[in-house]
Amino acid sequence: MDLLEYQGKQLFAKHGIAVPSGEVANTVEDAVAAAEKIGYPCAIKAQVLIGGRGKAGGIKIAQNADEAREHAGAILGMDIVGPHGEGPFRVDQVWVEGGSDIAEEYYASVILDRGEKKLLAMVSAKGGMDIEAVAAEDPDALVKRHLDPSGFDAAAARSIVADAGLAEDALDEAAEVLVKLAEVAREEDATLIEVNPLIVTAGREVVALDSKVTIDGNALFRHQDLAEIADTVDDPQEQMAKEKGLTYVKLDGNVGILANGAGLCMSTLDVVAQAGGAPANFLDAGGGSKAEAIVNALEVIKSDAKVSAILFNIFGGITRCDEIANGIVTASQQIDLGMPLVVRLDGTNSEEGLRILADADLPNLHQEKTMLDAARRVVELAGGAS
Amino acid sequence: MSIIIDEGTKLAVSGLTGREGSFHGLRNKAYGTDLVAGVTPGKGGQDVEGTPVYDTIAEAVSDAGANTSMIFVPARFAAAAIDEAIDSGVETVIAITEGIPVLDMLSTYWKAQEKGVRLIGPNCPGVLSPGKANVGIIPAQFFDPGPIGVVSKSGTLTYQIGNELKQAGTGNSSIVGIGGDPIVGSDFIDILKLYEADPDTELIVMVGEIGGDAEERAAEFIASDISKPVVAYIAGFTAPPGKQMGHAGAIISGSSGTAQAKKDALEAKGVRVGESPTETAAIAAETLRSL
Repeated sequence: MDLLEYQGKQLFAKHGIAVPSGEVANTVEDAVAAAEKIGYPCAIKAQVLIGGRGKAGGIKIAQNADEAREHAGAILGMDIVGPHGEGPFRVDQVWVEGGSDIAEEYYASVILDRGEKKLLAMVSAKGGMDIEAVAAEDPDALVKRHLDPSGFDAAAARSIVADAGLAEDALDEAAEVLVKLAEVAREEDATLIEVNPLIVTAGREVVALDSKVTIDGNALFRHQDLAEIADTVDDPQEQMAKEKGLTYVKLDGNVGILANGAGLCMSTLDVVAQAGGAPANFLDAGGGSKAEAIVNALEVIKSDAKVSAILFNIFGGITRCDEIANGIVTASQQIDLGMPLVVRLDGTNSEEGLRILADADLPNLHQEKTMLDAARRVVELAGGAS
Repeated sequence: MSIIIDEGTKLAVSGLTGREGSFHGLRNKAYGTDLVAGVTPGKGGQDVEGTPVYDTIAEAVSDAGANTSMIFVPARFAAAAIDEAIDSGVETVIAITEGIPVLDMLSTYWKAQEKGVRLIGPNCPGVLSPGKANVGIIPAQFFDPGPIGVVSKSGTLTYQIGNELKQAGTGNSSIVGIGGDPIVGSDFIDILKLYEADPDTELIVMVGEIGGDAEERAAEFIASDISKPVVAYIAGFTAPPGKQMGHAGAIISGSSGTAQAKKDALEAKGVRVGESPTETAAIAAETLRSL
């Protein structure tokens, strides 16, 4: 689960890392009121889960109330596209914070290194810019060091920030920030914490001016405050799926997809795309999918107005195909799909499942024997690529 | 013949008294796996359809001779159960549980390394050596004994490919689900090594998916250390690139973690990558015939 900038900063503040004070606002009026309270200059920052906000015009400095109104009005409601074409992300919230007097801009992060199975700290004196470019063009400017699993102390942190060439008079404070970032990782179950820039102010204070934080969704049971953030999902289909306990990711196409297991589901999206179609979603019904889960899944898929045909790709392992078939029959009695449903059932109890579907003789239901045939059929029924 | 589990496997199941644990533990037993013990704290002295239950895994080792542990314990207690298994004296721990916090797995991973215990998973379907033993939730009916070793991040995708291999008239030495979590006890390279050393594995099928750089690392390893042919499949070409924050992940691995990057890395090292599960099985069967 990714946190918005201000949510990450709140987490930093909880662990004693200095951040500029600010307020979150959902309307232009609230943003202006916040700016008046904070004073000028202040920064109006779009709160979306994507990098490159500054370049996209999502971060502006206001010198007075008129500018605060103008910038908040421009930023709220804008669509931000990420540097790699992600999104667009609609801006529903801005974070208004006091302007900072920046003397130096650094980069600091603590992240989980999957390959080495350790936490990794990275620090650079070249902050405030695209760190990927720094890593590519001047790799020595980025100091990377794995944290000792048994502990990470101020001395170890100090050697990292010193090697990165941070200003001599900021070393102790920067080392302390790094120790606290590692503490955030361990105590809040964060798998990625990135601060870019980590600034030194004219008064020589070290302050986190931005935050990117990813929290391990599996650990939310022990973080009540973060679990509440996770409960707020913007997309209506994703919200509905969450309430029904389904793993659903919305995409842009018109072919609704359900499969069992994340791997098979991803593979199904790929095969549909290869057949010339555009998947509307990723929906993993999970192992052991029961009739009720099928009804729920169909409701979620159908609630996306773009969907014009649906594919069920089931390979039963723990999942039993007869239960899936019963779920489809039950669902067809409860909801009017109003669009073709292509079903491919294979694996455990598939013969019984196929018989149940044949006996039910449902209108607009198409059976295919293989994954590839099913993909081609659903693309054809959906009216080709959208 | 097979890797990790075989006729000599003596299995203890942590969570055998639970619903999922008993269903799959007994299913493994019905397949022919030597299920010697269940483990549930506080339920020592009971039995599950004739299999004795112990309070600790160490007792299952000392009293029932267990050498392999399967973990079917709820996520928030699972890392502690794996730690207990690592200390108990078993050689292999296979963790099926999904949803374990990744930082819990960090310390557990290093504990297994330190003690020299082979850990498979978590969040994996387990290991099947057709005709010999099944530990986990892999539906054995889709796999026949044969010369192909399979290693996969995904469960259902493996069943799909296994079934196509069976229809193509071939079979498997072993099928190993390593799990798709960020931190797993054994990665592709660990399992590739075992297949390379296994005299009855003639070809290896590797099934990956987006995220991390395990496939890219495996590609390097295949080029330097694996003499047997490897056929791969990668899922996730159409997975959405969005909703990903920060770039630190890409900086570490030097890879974007996309399906295309993984495919490119494997093909650059001479590994054939199938476009679909069906094509992957077809390439594997064809390669096997040409050996």
